[in-house]
Amino acid sequence: MAKMYHKEKSIQIKSSASALYNNLGVLRIAPRCLTYFTVVHANVVNMVSASWDGLNYSHRQLQSKEGSMATSSSLIMQAAWCVLPSRDLLVLTSQKGIQMYESDGSIMVYWHALDTPETPTAKAVFARGIAAVRENYICVGVSSGSVLVFDVPSKGSNITLSEVLEEHKEAITDMASECSGSLECIADLVSADDSGLLCMWKSGDDFQLLNKIPGFDTSCSSVKLWKGTVIAGYGTGQIRLYEGVTGILHAEVNAHARWIYSLDIAPFTGLLLSAAEDSWVRVWHLTLTPETNSVEIEHMYNECITDTQICGAKFCDGDGYAFAVTGYDLSEIIRYTQV
Amino acid sequence: MRSGPTGHYVTSWGSTEASCSAFLAKGMSQRTLPLLIINLGGEMLYILDQRLRAQDERDDKTQRVMNDIAAALFSKTFLEEILKPQDVFTHRALRTVLTRIAHASIMRLNPASMDKLYDLMTMAFKYQILLCTRPRDLLLITFNHTDGIKGLVKDSHNLVNQINEAQRQLIELYTPLSDGEFQLIRHTLLVLFQDMQTRVSIFLEEKIQNPNGRFVLSTSGPVPYGYEVPGSIRWFTKGREVRRTVFPSGENYTRALNDASFNLSGDRVTHLGTNMYTKASPGDSQPSDTSNSTRKQKQVEYAPNLLATEELNFLAKLMGGMEVQKLSNADAGFKVNLLTLEQEDEGICVVEGAEQQSPKVINIQAIQDQLVNTELARIAGEFSKDGSPTERHLNKGDDLLAMMDDM
Repeated sequence: MAKMYHKEKSIQIKSSASALYNNLGVLRIAPRCLTYFTVVHANVVNMVSASWDGLNYSHRQLQSKEGSMATSSSLIMQAAWCVLPSRDLLVLTSQKGIQMYESDGSIMVYWHALDTPETPTAKAVFARGIAAVRENYICVGVSSGSVLVFDVPSKGSNITLSEVLEEHKEAITDMASECSGSLECIADLVSADDSGLLCMWKSGDDFQLLNKIPGFDTSCSSVKLWKGTVIAGYGTGQIRLYEGVTGILHAEVNAHARWIYSLDIAPFTGLLLSAAEDSWVRVWHLTLTPETNSVEIEHMYNECITDTQICGAKFCDGDGYAFAVTGYDLSEIIRYTQV
Repeated sequence: MRSGPTGHYVTSWGSTEASCSAFLAKGMSQRTLPLLIINLGGEMLYILDQRLRAQDERDDKTQRVMNDIAAALFSKTFLEEILKPQDVFTHRALRTVLTRIAHASIMRLNPASMDKLYDLMTMAFKYQILLCTRPRDLLLITFNHTDGIKGLVKDSHNLVNQINEAQRQLIELYTPLSDGEFQLIRHTLLVLFQDMQTRVSIFLEEKIQNPNGRFVLSTSGPVPYGYEVPGSIRWFTKGREVRRTVFPSGENYTRALNDASFNLSGDRVTHLGTNMYTKASPGDSQPSDTSNSTRKQKQVEYAPNLLATEELNFLAKLMGGMEVQKLSNADAGFKVNLLTLEQEDEGICVVEGAEQQSPKVINIQAIQDQLVNTELARIAGEFSKDGSPTERHLNKGDDLLAMMDDM
């Protein structure tokens, strides 16, 4: 197979990546020729700002919060940027609640505490699954299956909980909003849970449930929504492509030999990135033909990260020209760019 | 740290040690502790069994030690406590509990030996957690351990029954959990073992660990039972498969032939959790070196740390029920020395039972200050080598301490 990508210099981070789904956040800041990355380590988020010329790196660490305390030992489940038309926010979800920061991590603008039981129950309590939806919503999933919808003003900290969506019965694993930029797509958001159930939503003052796509008894750990197509990665190492609104299954890819941890899509080109515990990162190409309502997925490239259980993989730009990878116990962000 | 103009500031510290997950008792899953204790306890029994045989102790003495430790590990009251939903223990608390379990026998471990033992146990279990092909295999690994322990104490029918009863409780508790919930348990364990990279001789020799401490992850072999081998794409129209294409997966996986048994006994299929020391030579149950490749690990081992009050109370309750063996004159307690190779580069082979240099001792003064009136102070006092004055209760704890000082 022709070499599509080659390895670049890795970015060192202050502490290693924890084994968590979707454990890499990327925010590209074109006007400043910078890219931000986030990697979760236990109760800390390592943030790196990398200049495109490869000469400047600066680091910051954010910590989980609890109650009135600024710092906590509670574990962080996920960190991701929410890109809204008016502003970008960095969202952290933990066992105790949801923290929202300005995109450079400098100021916390909002804190939402989860209801935690007085005595430990058998069921774990945490927030996980983060997506920015349309103009002004940030949606966050919870271990109970609830999806919290936050209304975000164009500036300031007057963020409010607008709605709680209760369709899932198992813990939310990941969520994704329509990323093609097209306003024609009906579905705005897909939420996934530990049973593999996928829910399709339309945003608004009241979010509307468009469809429920049942799972097949296996957790869906990572999900993307592009041009109305749901791309879902599962614990079985499989990727499924569904038409979101109807639930029609287009294709099933036997992609990996182990649990999939991360999927990402480059919206301008339709390149898809998948990464799993089996140490492999794979690049695919999706083409959608709306006239025939068909989806094509073509395998493009493989890369093996030796002796590493990959926990995060994301494209660094909308074309898929570069991607970055994190692995459990690794204190670096490994990068690849197209040849 | 860059500061913003107004609003809350986020504290970001210069030292990454403060974030070391091993100090924290937090876990995502509340169902992790039983698997943690039983698997670590199992590894401990395998290693002690191998070391005692290597030290050429009389068979009946060794058997007594094995039986006593297994009985403590699987004691009804102890299991009842750890089976309740709760966070995982810190490494310090784990080490304390496991040492107490070991000292339910007439065998004694000095703190340095316990450090080595703990390194071996944790690296072995970390290896098993990482390599299991699907999260549910954690249960199979646990059952391999219980099967293995039953083998070590097979002549004691009561003990075998006790272990079977424990296994039944595990089956009842864990069988209903989903794969996602098992993965959460696995992630909780992986946070606890994060950054631990002690090199272990037997792992290095068998090429399952790299010289840099990272484990070797193979990209071939069977996929989990029921999984598909990567390399194909199925296309559907109206719910029916209409086409199949292939792609190069770059690897060499095969389908799994049999499913494993999750019952009281049966073929577990995986070898993870079985006793890797049974055919090993005496030198195998040794970590390669005392210095770990990460600074963080040293911090965990030797910096004074205060156990949280809740944890202390819980441990006191847990261990109050565990009787530490009184050593009568007839029984002179014997020591297990895991320090046969003091300095690897000097190649010195230390004579069994002797202690030529004072090993690094965990500073538990800080802990003792906190634990003044609790049962735990008495227990912790048994591990103190410097005999520093604290408000220890004068009772059987002192007999044991005196005995250890004499060794």
